[in-house]
Amino acid sequence: MSGRFLSTENLPFCKGCGHNIVSQNLEKALSAVPGLSPLDVIVVTDIGCIGIIDKQFTTHTVHGLHGRSVALAAGIAMALGNPKKKVIALLGDGGATIGLQHLMEAAQRNIPLTVIVHNNMLYGMTGGQPSGLTPRGFKTPIMPEGKPQNGYDLCKVLHAAGAPAVRRLLALGDFSAELTAAVQVEGFSFVEAVELCPSYGVKFNPNRKIDDIAREAGIEIGWWETPVPRTPFRAERHERCGSLLEREPSIAAQYSSPLTGRYTVVLAGSAGEGVQSAAEYLAQAAISCGLHATKKGSYPVTVGVGFSMAEIIISREPINFTGISEPDAVLVTSSDGLGKVRGIVEKMSKGALYLDASLDAPATKVPLVKHDFRGPLGGRSAVYVAITLMLNRTGVMPSEAFFDILQQKSLGKKLDFGKLRQVAE
Amino acid sequence: MNERRFIDNSRLIIEALAQAGADIFIGYPITPSNLLYLYASQRLPMVLPAPDEITTLQWMAGFSAAGKLPVTATSYPGLALMVESIGMATMMELPMVIVLAQRLGPATGTATGGATGDLLLLNGINSGGYPLPTLCISSPRDAWELSAKALHIADRLRTPVILLASKETVMTVQDVDTAALPPIERVTRRFYTGSGPYLPYAPEADGVPPLLPVGNDRYQVRLTASTHDQKGNLQHSTPEALANSRRLAEKVERNVADYTFYEWDEEEADALIVAYDVTAAAARDAAALLRAEGRRVSLFIPKTLFPVPPKYLDIVNRYQKVVIAEENLQGQYREILFGKAGRPGVRGVNAIGRLITPEEIAAEVRS
Repeated sequence: MSGRFLSTENLPFCKGCGHNIVSQNLEKALSAVPGLSPLDVIVVTDIGCIGIIDKQFTTHTVHGLHGRSVALAAGIAMALGNPKKKVIALLGDGGATIGLQHLMEAAQRNIPLTVIVHNNMLYGMTGGQPSGLTPRGFKTPIMPEGKPQNGYDLCKVLHAAGAPAVRRLLALGDFSAELTAAVQVEGFSFVEAVELCPSYGVKFNPNRKIDDIAREAGIEIGWWETPVPRTPFRAERHERCGSLLEREPSIAAQYSSPLTGRYTVVLAGSAGEGVQSAAEYLAQAAISCGLHATKKGSYPVTVGVGFSMAEIIISREPINFTGISEPDAVLVTSSDGLGKVRGIVEKMSKGALYLDASLDAPATKVPLVKHDFRGPLGGRSAVYVAITLMLNRTGVMPSEAFFDILQQKSLGKKLDFGKLRQVAE
Repeated sequence: MNERRFIDNSRLIIEALAQAGADIFIGYPITPSNLLYLYASQRLPMVLPAPDEITTLQWMAGFSAAGKLPVTATSYPGLALMVESIGMATMMELPMVIVLAQRLGPATGTATGGATGDLLLLNGINSGGYPLPTLCISSPRDAWELSAKALHIADRLRTPVILLASKETVMTVQDVDTAALPPIERVTRRFYTGSGPYLPYAPEADGVPPLLPVGNDRYQVRLTASTHDQKGNLQHSTPEALANSRRLAEKVERNVADYTFYEWDEEEADALIVAYDVTAAAARDAAALLRAEGRRVSLFIPKTLFPVPPKYLDIVNRYQKVVIAEENLQGQYREILFGKAGRPGVRGVNAIGRLITPEEIAAEVRS
């Protein structure tokens, strides 16, 4: 039967294949949708026998990868966002097995598309291997003794995932009205058409009828519908913020620094104690002194546990290479931090080590400044005490420049600057 | 009047992509590209969190087929899962930009460690050797300009484009004079405007077939990942279909002069330093060190890494001594430029798990 949506009745499937029946029903189903033209339909096909039908459709067609047709169709449906356009994914039980995640995602989000799984209980094109939907006892060329466990119930899985309209039918006779209904669902609709592959299914399971196989395997024919329709997913366009660059305030040069060359700082402490933020604020303070600055972070993949280390370069000249071969100052506020920088400290031949008073000093050839960073303002402010002390001792830039930056942050409202000045003397 | 901001390149990349006309960011979490995802959520008109990397590329392909310009960001573990779908997008000729922030491998390696170890994979990302335009950033200015260029190339050549970076080049924060950044040109889409019938794979003079989105009301569109003729119908290996496949490589290669980006500072010198990505910064300092010693040295920073522009071979072959510095064990771009056999006078400076220093590069040039 040729028609408006299928250009020919000579479909490329084996004689007796259920794909022929489903395709002819789909033609009839689409013709029954009022006002629907072929260019309103986007058919997305998977790999496998069903994937060779594109040429016969007069609609838009997209033929992708094995198991991925539902995700590809979902992308198209979300991009179009047009209820007049019908996106239909055609795949087999093999493709559904490979791409189960994509079906779950489309069902859960209620993405407006129709998925038709042609479940002939095996991978037909590659020689009849069992799929996730193959029922117990069903025999295939690579498992002639029959599959030992039952297939999963895709309809119930997807309904549980949130699919509002799910139906399973036997690919026999005229079921076009059910497909018409599926295509007209506003959100996600799913149809599983149970078939028998004439090449491998019939050959390895002789004298078994499709309805008997389904009944014996407990494959339930029926509809699963959500009583209250859910709103179909739409990828909304948002008016986001303006320029990302302008979100980050520009820093005016309002302080000055005696620095003529480069000053490099390694700040090491514990994750969750503001090391990375403090390092950025120090760098921003340098910029407010008319200097250039970079900051690099190093930390384990865990969040809030272990060390956190930052490398800050402050320079009169623009900075290319952002690594620090030998720092001018190493500031350590916790044992986590000390563990990370011990090797650096032991190799230092210049600069100074600023160490929290609670820590045992490592072997070092450079001057050691021990100070209670953690006590006066707590562990989370230890980095600020350490940086302020370093600025006061070196004079590399005024600590007021650093305080000024801190006051612009939310942290600035909580920090006791009077005490910070006092304890960092 | 300058405007100095303390920002990372991730911010510049997303802002540039937004201004160039990226429609949507489809993301999933992976270090070190998380900042790109975060900024995209604050800036792009649409952002979709995908459940995994394969879905990401498939959704992007769907959006691209429907006429949108999608973007994502990943690192090697994610790229590995995307590869089959990138091949699909290459074959369907779907414009998109994939930002690849490299990290230390192999496998999951060190998520928060830098590296430039994915070049050999990128060089052969498509079965059969069909190259993808791959631009590599090595400075904030690159992050700004090349990101926008990547989107333009994707549209113009109707192809996925890789924007290559690494942990340091997307996460290190630096001061940038944002007032000095040039304006970004917005992409004007190259859509089919003819009077039909539409042949989705019939090329124009530059080898590129203009795209017509699926779902349009004018003409039928057929897209396929399988070997196909100009109509988009599956073919086994007909001359027309094979010519179409050959065209996929040709359109990228023959137009490379239009997107060949590099820095090359001195023609006359005794030695050439080659570096890209994060190591380019070390190479700049190394060149300055050597010049301060009175040595004649030239610096070459390739930014269009793939396909290798013919101009690069002309440049590197002018020098007896070529030192190529890169954060991988083998010297991946060295191998791509000179092959396994190498060439006398060509040397590598290589490291993993740390930055290569200017001193190391300078020492190799002196030796």
